[in-house]
Amino acid sequence: MAREGRAGPRRRPVEPFLWLLFSGGGMAAAVLVPVLVLLFGVVFPLAGGPPYDHLRAVAAHPLTRVALLGLAVLAFFHWAHRFRFAVEHGLGLGRLDRLIAPLCYGAALAGSAAAAHVLFLTL
Amino acid sequence: MTAPDDTAARYRRPVPVLWWTGRRPYLLFMIREFSSVFVAWSVVYLLLLVRAVAAGPAAYRGFMELSASWWMLALNVAALALTLFHTITWFVVTPKAVAVRVLGVRLPAFMVAGPLYTAWIAVSAFVVWLLVR
Repeated sequence: MAREGRAGPRRRPVEPFLWLLFSGGGMAAAVLVPVLVLLFGVVFPLAGGPPYDHLRAVAAHPLTRVALLGLAVLAFFHWAHRFRFAVEHGLGLGRLDRLIAPLCYGAALAGSAAAAHVLFLTL
Repeated sequence: MTAPDDTAARYRRPVPVLWWTGRRPYLLFMIREFSSVFVAWSVVYLLLLVRAVAAGPAAYRGFMELSASWWMLALNVAALALTLFHTITWFVVTPKAVAVRVLGVRLPAFMVAGPLYTAWIAVSAFVVWLLVR
């Protein structure tokens, strides 16, 4: 707390790691999410989804579980990072970074734990 | 009154809270930033689907009925629009952020973005092939 001269996000050594998660999540989401939302969010509800047994087999495959967990963790941290700065810059709440940042990354952490639970303990 | 910068902050011109509504590029910037909310929602939605699939055929049917309700469809159409916006803006920005050099010459933007669009189409086609058979 002694080096508080220029208080701000750049002072924290964890920041580059958060930018890395943001970039990874941005890329994973860019490539994977639109087709999944198109199929499961729009096409299947209107035209009927895949048979249960097929969908279960695809979802339960180890590679699918790992891929979905990777997507979930990266996408949640992507959201946390972007939402943090969107709120801070867009609404002028930069001085509340010490409150907003832990809330955002904490939510991403909780979401990641929930994803791991669903994909590896429930399924 | 701990940080010396407080003095400078007092001389800064206050920025209106809705500064990004005035101009189109600013508005598009904020829509791009808030598209991340729909990225997160899409993943939450997929995890709810996986949870329903894990719970059995009846839960899966229930989830499909829920996903066909008008408000869930509307939410997911919005999610589709904004995640597409995310993908396109992400591929537009990446060549500016990532400088790929071959023999000391920086590759033009289209040679960085081109493989990204190709990968996007390939991955999407693979997912469709995996699920629609």
